[in-house]
Amino acid sequence: MATSFDVIILGGGPAGYVAAIRAAQLGLTTAVVERDKLGGVCVNIGCIPTKALLHSARMANVIRHDAKDLGIATGEVTTDYGVAMKRSRREAEQNSKGVEFLMKKHKVTVIRGSGTLAAGRRVKVGGDTYEATKGLILATGSRVKGLPQVGLEIDKAVVISSDEALFLERAPKTLAVVGAGAVGCEFADVFSAFGTKVTLIEALPKILPLEDAEASDAVAKSFKKRGIDVIAGASVKQATVGKDKVTLQVEAGGEKRAVEAEKVLMAAGRAVNTENLGLREAGVELTDRGFIRVNPVTLETSAKGIYAIGDVAGPPMLAHKGSREGVHAAEVIAGQKPHAIRYDNVPSVTYCHPEVASIGLTEAQAKEKGLEFTVGRFPFSANGRARASNETDGFVKILAGKKYGEILGAHIVGGHASEMIHELAVARENEYTVAEVDLAIHAHPTLSEAIAEAALDAMGRVIHI
Amino acid sequence: MATKVVMEALSPTMEEGRLIEWKKQEGETVAAGDVLAEVETDKAVMELVARAGGVLRKQLVPAGATVPVATTVAVIAGKDEDIAALLGNGSAAPGAGAAKPAQGAAGAETAAAAETAGAAETVATAETAAAAGKAHPAPVVAAAPAAPATPADGGRVKASPLARRIAAERGVDLAGIAGSGPGGRVVQRDVERAPVAAAPAAGAAPRPARALPDEGYADEPLTQIRKTIAKRLVQSIGPVPTFYLTAEVDMERAWDAREALKALGPEGKVSFNDIILKAVATALRQHPACNAWWQDDHIRYWRDVHVGVAVAVEDGLITPVVRHADRKTLREISAEVRDMAGRARERRLRPEEYTGATFSISNLGMYDISHFTAIINPPEAGILAVGGIIEKPVAADGQVTIRRRMQVTMSCDHRVIDGATGAEFLRTLKTLLENPLALVW
Repeated sequence: MATSFDVIILGGGPAGYVAAIRAAQLGLTTAVVERDKLGGVCVNIGCIPTKALLHSARMANVIRHDAKDLGIATGEVTTDYGVAMKRSRREAEQNSKGVEFLMKKHKVTVIRGSGTLAAGRRVKVGGDTYEATKGLILATGSRVKGLPQVGLEIDKAVVISSDEALFLERAPKTLAVVGAGAVGCEFADVFSAFGTKVTLIEALPKILPLEDAEASDAVAKSFKKRGIDVIAGASVKQATVGKDKVTLQVEAGGEKRAVEAEKVLMAAGRAVNTENLGLREAGVELTDRGFIRVNPVTLETSAKGIYAIGDVAGPPMLAHKGSREGVHAAEVIAGQKPHAIRYDNVPSVTYCHPEVASIGLTEAQAKEKGLEFTVGRFPFSANGRARASNETDGFVKILAGKKYGEILGAHIVGGHASEMIHELAVARENEYTVAEVDLAIHAHPTLSEAIAEAALDAMGRVIHI
Repeated sequence: MATKVVMEALSPTMEEGRLIEWKKQEGETVAAGDVLAEVETDKAVMELVARAGGVLRKQLVPAGATVPVATTVAVIAGKDEDIAALLGNGSAAPGAGAAKPAQGAAGAETAAAAETAGAAETVATAETAAAAGKAHPAPVVAAAPAAPATPADGGRVKASPLARRIAAERGVDLAGIAGSGPGGRVVQRDVERAPVAAAPAAGAAPRPARALPDEGYADEPLTQIRKTIAKRLVQSIGPVPTFYLTAEVDMERAWDAREALKALGPEGKVSFNDIILKAVATALRQHPACNAWWQDDHIRYWRDVHVGVAVAVEDGLITPVVRHADRKTLREISAEVRDMAGRARERRLRPEEYTGATFSISNLGMYDISHFTAIINPPEAGILAVGGIIEKPVAADGQVTIRRRMQVTMSCDHRVIDGATGAEFLRTLKTLLENPLALVW
């Protein structure tokens, strides 16, 4: 095996492997160092398997609640988390194999093992040393972390993380989910559909705290309707971890209550993988919050020729943000001058039901910035396709600048929000205003018509309400 | 990198500009923001500033020439940079087509000498513009070098829809901006970063008085302001279907009110025009149908009331705008009109001060005109022509008495205002002026 490459990438997740492919496309000899499976957290224990489980959950809910009305007769509906889990594993494996194939196709060398930086832009993996002649990219990602300070250290048995939840053979009877961000809400949705009595606990005043308040409220309402116990603005004062159950002392709104559950799923925050890489010795500086400090234009770290992308390079910790940084870093190393990444235009999606997708500012943020804007809204209950497809929960909300109609932020709650947000991502990237969004003819009947209607509503011209 | 200097749209309505004088000569080093030349627009004398630093390598247009907006007038580049490509292709050749040499060299020199006096203030103006620029959010650093948005072949300017809107609203010419988006596309941050066209320096020297030659007449080339007036008046009397409504207003109480205010001392000095302006603004608030713009495919009804006041200046007229006049007190209106009218005569109004009126007033009362009609200033839908206050016998309650009376005539764009609509507005205006206490009620 060669020991010298133009580019070496530490980490084969969605940031690293995309950087490798782009570098290879640009004619650079490239190697990826991966200690586990290609595709990283996203493909193996993140994005992909959770979406497989959410699909099972959604189908279970549809069959259970809507089948009769849709003209489909079923017997008693039973669910088996173990079977759904095994399917999710197959899909994850397939995806990881797909990444392996892509590496071969682009002639990217995959080095198995943990890499450590050595002097002179070199990487040590086991006993071997490799040299990156043009650029070295850090893409080591992040991992789940518990809350040891209240006695909730992940023990992988009773106090678990998503890493364990994805491999359970059966759904627990009761589950407390601590943290109601995207991960917490998605698992609450999944386990609830598989018959678990779920309590969802969030420290901030609303679940999905990074989303627009209206979106958070819509999801909370839907969750409560399905019997998920949502406790927001709550702090876990104390946790008593037994052999097969946990008791949490939770305080919310001045009231104290005890939550008992068979398992606790910790979905509150992630830690970046910056340890044991030899960063300090290589002169790679960290930020106050522990991320690797990079130049936002070039993604180069404080050490010349060493770049960082993905979760280690700072929030938002999202696969698609990492992938874009991968492309960017590869192009910078190849001597190109790619356009600066617009970190204010990264879509954020939660795949529970109804889905929540957003881009840009929330209404609260726009107010805080003192911007003058109008709010355009359109509910899916007034959309023909949504009614026909039984997906009437949710809405499209667009914040448009008062003077020019620029799209300051957009928020979609609904059955296929994750697919619909990109129209607004394209609009924002190209600086289209609500006028241009409306001018593009939207096919009828589609859920996307609600986007055009919300754009019209922002201009005071909504048609269908 | 070599940069073309183009004739910028320094006012929203400017279509061409006359390059009065080069402030920087070929071979001089210039910094971004430096004043390169003085340009006479359709409304005022403005400064053309450098958008990039370097050496002013070539002036492509002689002083005195008139060129359309977006024409390349100069090239800024590095000292030894090859600019042949910029000169050979897409730039206006010296003296090409529209460019005309100035009328008498002696006159141009006089102007140059007189305007040197204003040089010290020029610096201050540039600083003010730079400070205003700082109010915008810090621009995102783009990795790619900014490329000129205008393709060398003079094709369309690549710009985002948002950038186009902001540029239109601010009267910025996109062709003069270096785009930082993909392929040199002009995006929001580029427009917001572009310096706002600087107002002419305070104390700029007045234009030289023109000498009367012996022949008994003088041939004067059309100035930009005259061209604009002509074009707009033709535009008005032709395609704007106008009708006229005249009302006679009893001004006795307004007269008394003005006298009473005057008695308060110099602070209380308001003109009848100020009182009429206040009354018009108040009436417009009550009759939004008259506070509107004809927009070809729609009518824009304004929520805000901005009243334009025609002011005669040496070479024509200009209409400073009292913004939100309905929300201002008589005293505020009076001070504002006095200030703006004064600066209008010195041609020192900023573009935003003479654009955006929702209705206008033209007053010839001081010339003993008892009645006239004014021409609508599109896209506004109405203008009020105010005659003089004249004492005359009036019959009331079977008695003939001498009263102070004033005739007002409203020109209405019938596409926006119907007869009854205009009449109702005039009735309200008459009531307000005849009961001036209502203006403060």
